Amino acid sequence: MKGFRRMAPSAYVWLLLGGLYFFIPLLATLLFSLKSNQTGKCCTLASYGWVIHNGDFWHTLKVSFLLALETIAVSLLIFVPTIYWVHLRLPRLRPVIAFLALIPFVVPPIVMVVGLLKFYKGSPEWFYAQPWGFLVAAYVILAFPYMFFSLDAGFRAIDVHTLTEASNSLGASWPVTLVKVILPNIRAAALAGSFLTLAIVMGEFTIANLSAFHTFPLFLQYVNETQAYPAAALTLMSFAITWAAMLSLLFVGRKRGARASVIAGAR
Amino acid sequence: MAYLELVDLHRDFGTVKALDGIEIQLGQGEFLSLLGPSGCGKTTALRLVAGFDRPDAGAIVVDGRDVTRVAPNKRDMGMVFQAYSLFPNMTAEQNVEFGLKIRGRNRAERRKRVGELLELVGLGHARGRYPHQLSGGMQQRVALARALAIEPRVLLLDEPLSALDAKVRVQLREEIRRIQLELGITTLYVTHDQEEALSVSDHVAVMYGGRIEQMGTPSEMYSSPATPFVAEFIGTMNRLEATVVDGTSGEVDHNGVRMTVPAAQGLSRGERVLVLIRPETLELEPAEGNGGPADLVGDVLTHTFLGPVTRLKVIGSDLELIADVPTSRVDALPIGMKVRARVPEVGVKLLSLQTEPAAPAAPAPAGR
Repeated sequence: MKGFRRMAPSAYVWLLLGGLYFFIPLLATLLFSLKSNQTGKCCTLASYGWVIHNGDFWHTLKVSFLLALETIAVSLLIFVPTIYWVHLRLPRLRPVIAFLALIPFVVPPIVMVVGLLKFYKGSPEWFYAQPWGFLVAAYVILAFPYMFFSLDAGFRAIDVHTLTEASNSLGASWPVTLVKVILPNIRAAALAGSFLTLAIVMGEFTIANLSAFHTFPLFLQYVNETQAYPAAALTLMSFAITWAAMLSLLFVGRKRGARASVIAGAR
Repeated sequence: MAYLELVDLHRDFGTVKALDGIEIQLGQGEFLSLLGPSGCGKTTALRLVAGFDRPDAGAIVVDGRDVTRVAPNKRDMGMVFQAYSLFPNMTAEQNVEFGLKIRGRNRAERRKRVGELLELVGLGHARGRYPHQLSGGMQQRVALARALAIEPRVLLLDEPLSALDAKVRVQLREEIRRIQLELGITTLYVTHDQEEALSVSDHVAVMYGGRIEQMGTPSEMYSSPATPFVAEFIGTMNRLEATVVDGTSGEVDHNGVRMTVPAAQGLSRGERVLVLIRPETLELEPAEGNGGPADLVGDVLTHTFLGPVTRLKVIGSDLELIADVPTSRVDALPIGMKVRARVPEVGVKLLSLQTEPAAPAAPAPAGR
């Protein structure tokens, strides 16, 4: 509370302006979503009811959510051991991988999807024609920078060499060391990468659209084109889902972060 | 028969020879310190024994079995690191228990052993604490208990006290020695602190440029250094370059000052030697004039209070001496006074200047 008392009056003004910038669009969307589809007047929850009772909403939400989980699992399986090994044995490769991780930022998704469609053409049906195959492969690339930089920060925060050698000297093999010693100590970083991946996959439109898979963002776009008020309700609901994911990240991260800072202080 | 043997170990890092054919034989239950300056190869040697690195040539034999190519997790070596190495996600108890879990010991056995070891290192009350809730000294105690829990064949300690403050360092090194003697565990200890090495070890090996300069008991190392480097590194030593004048009487000449050193008897005239005199064996007395040809004469430049003794620096023409004088007597030798140093008849060592080691081209990388 003392911190607030010391704040300059101008700080309150900036805080207020910032708050208005974020909350006015949300408030407008909320008010819009509460209007009746028939009369156009406030206030009814009919649009929310329409969304909740729409089978496509639940189906696409489930597809996107499962895609996100699969992307997270594949990304963690690929990147955790890779980044661990790079930190442990090949530190000179780290800048190379950091550079590669920036490529998904530089290459537009539309270019990437065309390239990927050509690259995977001729691959087995179960992979190419299914979102669980092709889309996940594309999303792992899309999530690469978020996953890499989160995990990299996590690995840099711990003494990978000493922890690994201590574990080895006590009889643990490399896989056991990774699972029992390293992974628990980069949990916050892995969670951060996972939630960012979740947010990206839940909102990814271009790749899913061009590769003709029906995911949640495509449903959102369809509703937006055809139903004005339910589209606003759907927007707020997807916003809430993303926020819930971010809040859980904040909750877990705060608990772990507080401990990590004490550890750093002890050193 | 030796329990731990390092046989002609070589390890190069590029053009730098980190280890250049070191040989060590250590009996079961003995405590050996590898002592030397940064980059001398002591940590490299320890890491080879632990299995974290492979030698380019040579062998590591433990209890008659060659373990040179054995993976670190199969060697049964307990290691305490310089950096705090406790697993941050585990309590003190879980850290100590880790190695036993890996070995598949049952829960009751694990609990008993962990309890015993935490009591042994004086941390029975802190078993539920996480590493960040422990001080540096406590963390190293837990690390020691963790290394001992697996009943290692050899205990390896890589400068475990260097991150601790002076008081804790002294306390913990005594505890390490007590525990080592109690358990009778063969121990290899790396340190750059000669006081630490001399105070806890059965044997000390002084390393320089990837080689072992000398290995012996602490008292041998202190009283009979075999090379000028060892003489310089272990304790403080006055080094006077001299020429043998008379090999029969043992007379040597240092910049015109004649001294009789019994150790020079039998040497040939004109031979270049290094006269080594410990500061505590030099006797100082007030001098008048510039002294005679047999006198080491100079002015007192500084006093450094060391408790029971005060260290005096004496500077004369072509002469620089360090002498330890009982603090109760130091008022009689104030700064600026001209003093004469008397070289004792016993306790003076002589080394041929040919034994001076060649300085290494570049220091070997310290640590990993």
